[in-house]
Amino acid sequence: MIPTVIFLVALLLVTLGVAAYATYAERKVAAFMQDRIGPDRAGPFGLLQPIADGVKMIMKEDFMPASANRWLFFLGPAIAMTTALLTGVVIPWGGTLDLGGTAFRLQVADPDIGILYVFAMVSIGVYGIMLGGWASNNKYALYGAIRAASQMVSYELAMGMSIVALVILTGSLSLNDIVEQQRAGLWNIVYQPLGFLLFVICAFAECNRAPFDLPECETELVGGYHTEYSSMKLGFYLFAEYVNMFISSAVISTLYFGGYDVPFLDGLGLPQNVTVVLGTVALFLKITFFIFLFMWVRWTLPRFRYDQLMDLGWKSLIPLAILNVLLTGVGYYLKNGI
Amino acid sequence: MLTLFYLFAAISVLCALVVVAARDPVNSVIALIVCFLSIAGHYILLNAQFLAVVHIIVYTGAIMVLFLFVIMLLNLNKATEPQRSLATRVAAVVAGGLVLLTLLAAVRHGISVEPARDFDIGTGLVRSVGRSLFNEFLLPFEVSSVLFLSAMVGAVMLGRREKNPQAA
Repeated sequence: MIPTVIFLVALLLVTLGVAAYATYAERKVAAFMQDRIGPDRAGPFGLLQPIADGVKMIMKEDFMPASANRWLFFLGPAIAMTTALLTGVVIPWGGTLDLGGTAFRLQVADPDIGILYVFAMVSIGVYGIMLGGWASNNKYALYGAIRAASQMVSYELAMGMSIVALVILTGSLSLNDIVEQQRAGLWNIVYQPLGFLLFVICAFAECNRAPFDLPECETELVGGYHTEYSSMKLGFYLFAEYVNMFISSAVISTLYFGGYDVPFLDGLGLPQNVTVVLGTVALFLKITFFIFLFMWVRWTLPRFRYDQLMDLGWKSLIPLAILNVLLTGVGYYLKNGI
Repeated sequence: MLTLFYLFAAISVLCALVVVAARDPVNSVIALIVCFLSIAGHYILLNAQFLAVVHIIVYTGAIMVLFLFVIMLLNLNKATEPQRSLATRVAAVVAGGLVLLTLLAAVRHGISVEPARDFDIGTGLVRSVGRSLFNEFLLPFEVSSVLFLSAMVGAVMLGRREKNPQAA
């Protein structure tokens, strides 16, 4: 019980820490791609910049429009942040540690339906944006909220379909089982290249990241759903995006890139705890790569137009996802029978 | 466990009441969302993880989002709510009370607290739900998917933009 609580608190702190430094990384990556220096004033290499930003956010005036719906305006960022943080509990962050005789697995909970739980949290997360955008009583915010909702609902379908194909292969919805199977054989990316591609595209859309960041499209919607937000409420919205990015990267690594698996590491005969720690380090390296991918795409591709976004979701991704399910089913049947 | 049950039960009933009583349709929808979440809590208490999570994904995550969507787009509020006359309200209260009376009379002797079947801890897990869906209830399951398909086709037909309004 006590190790689990400690682990939970550590997970929360690590998630927040990674998200905070992802904001720094985003600015550095952007600077690198645009041949600038980026933040370099706060601390060495600007490393204290996230802290300076956080303090700035908290100290700013918290303004609420007079015609806003008071408690929904408050509830919006709260839901966005809470659902973003809740997802981390089902992800296996590492193998089983040996704490002086008692085995401790680096995962808070391993429900039967792990991957569906991730989905449930994603689908509740829509409310954070929708309620916040509506409660602001501002037409730009409302447009942002409506775009966000329709985008997330549309892309959830293709995302779900790509998971279906994966589940056909693994025969389990538990994230831990999925990782264990990849440890025993090849990583799922080998069997599911199309599914992986679809999943990553949908993850970009679910996180409202460029090129799918239409809900907060500055050029037409001022700031989108958070136009009226200021101070730490705005901070929570922006921060939730980075938490979501971190969690999505973790889910992508877990589902398609073996999670904490490092090929051939088990055969080296290292002590168990060392292997587990190395596995966790490997998982974080994979996550870092995917966070970088999110940023890379953001500073490379221009934003889609809204009708292009919907066309891509409904007319390309969903048919491809269905095809992927079909192919996987046929492949499974040919290999294993029913 | 029992405390949790009463907690979820209280939340469900209270939120269901708010759904009906709330003046602002958005508050009503939010109460319904909380009500669905507490029902998912009941499922988890019965170890029906799969049902709980599907309940959240389908009802909370999809259907209620569409409800909220429609209400936001129509921007329904107190001003647009139709005003009902006193006579309608009296008639509604009397009719509702009579229905309640009938229901109470009907269940007064019929209430049974004995479960119809013994509780099986594995009923709601994904494995057993899948087994019974694809063995016992395969035909109804497939037929209902055809039903959904026809509903989708209908929706697409209704939403289709006419290319040539004169010819239609």
